[in-house]
Amino acid sequence: MNLVNAIAKREPNPNIPTLAPGDRVKVHTRIVEGDRERIQVFIGTVMRLRKGKRANASFTVRRIATHGVGVERTFSVNSPRVEKVEVAGHTHVRRAQLYYLRGRHGKAARLREKRTVTPERAVEVAQTPTAE
Amino acid sequence: MAEGLLGKKVGMTQIYTDKGEIIPVTVLQVGPCFVTQIKSPEKDGYSAIQMGMEETRHLNKPERGHLKQLPSLKYLREVRTGNIASFQVGQKLNVALFSAGDLVDVSGVSKGKGHAGVIKRHHFKGGKKTHGQSDRMRSPGSSGATTTPGRVLKGMRGAGQLGNKNATVLNMEVIRVDQERNLLAIKGTVPGTKDSLLFVRKARKEKKVVKAQPTGKKGK
Repeated sequence: MNLVNAIAKREPNPNIPTLAPGDRVKVHTRIVEGDRERIQVFIGTVMRLRKGKRANASFTVRRIATHGVGVERTFSVNSPRVEKVEVAGHTHVRRAQLYYLRGRHGKAARLREKRTVTPERAVEVAQTPTAE
Repeated sequence: MAEGLLGKKVGMTQIYTDKGEIIPVTVLQVGPCFVTQIKSPEKDGYSAIQMGMEETRHLNKPERGHLKQLPSLKYLREVRTGNIASFQVGQKLNVALFSAGDLVDVSGVSKGKGHAGVIKRHHFKGGKKTHGQSDRMRSPGSSGATTTPGRVLKGMRGAGQLGNKNATVLNMEVIRVDQERNLLAIKGTVPGTKDSLLFVRKARKEKKVVKAQPTGKKGK
């Protein structure tokens, strides 16, 4: 490991799974309001991942807020304020950075869902007799 | 104990506090250093210790002879200290000297910027971009009056070499110490490039309390 990471690295957050560009995610962050603390959830699409596994690695999530306004938020992977990340689905993308979403709105900004086969579904498919 | 140690700049990164705040830090490889020579008032006219860091294969015979049984050290630097009695030649000094929360001073040679103009070197404002002005955007303007005094006063700021000279940053906070790898994470930036030689010592001057500046009019 390089020496910069050796000193700065934290234990990786077990609640952050491996992310990929195009993933639909729910990011739970801890927010301090006055002396109260609460969890805020940011739901959107992973637009890019930065700096891999380094101490200052981050990922950017884009969502469309009310009135079709795009909102992007960048989260630090190693920040203790990021409570957990849930992956709600994957989409089919052919780029590592989905900057092209910025120029699109409405239907044009849709991404094709990637069909993932869950273990239960796989068994179901295998047992279905194929039509002759 | 020694007052300071030799080190090298490794690079910069960020460290998160438990609250989630980000601290920008410079990572330094500090030591392990060896005391290579002790200068005494009787023999040398002043008291200091010479310390060395980083092993190398490329030493010439006089250098090897000077180090004798010690490891072949690449860098040797002298540090003035009053209590030479507490040191022995061959003594190993390491990063354990510092602990998190300490204040340290870091010296090194700053990055060279070459011959730089007054805007870059002294933060002059430069000339106007518009109003018919065409060729004095980065010029220093007037450097003095007329027949009296008839010369440019000494100390007038002008263009010249910028950087590549000794620089010391005072009162930097130690954020983290890694004794296993001899690493030090210090809040803020230090002079020089990666891999450049540095001297890290315990802070000498008391940290000034920064008073809130009254907000005045900005520029013209």
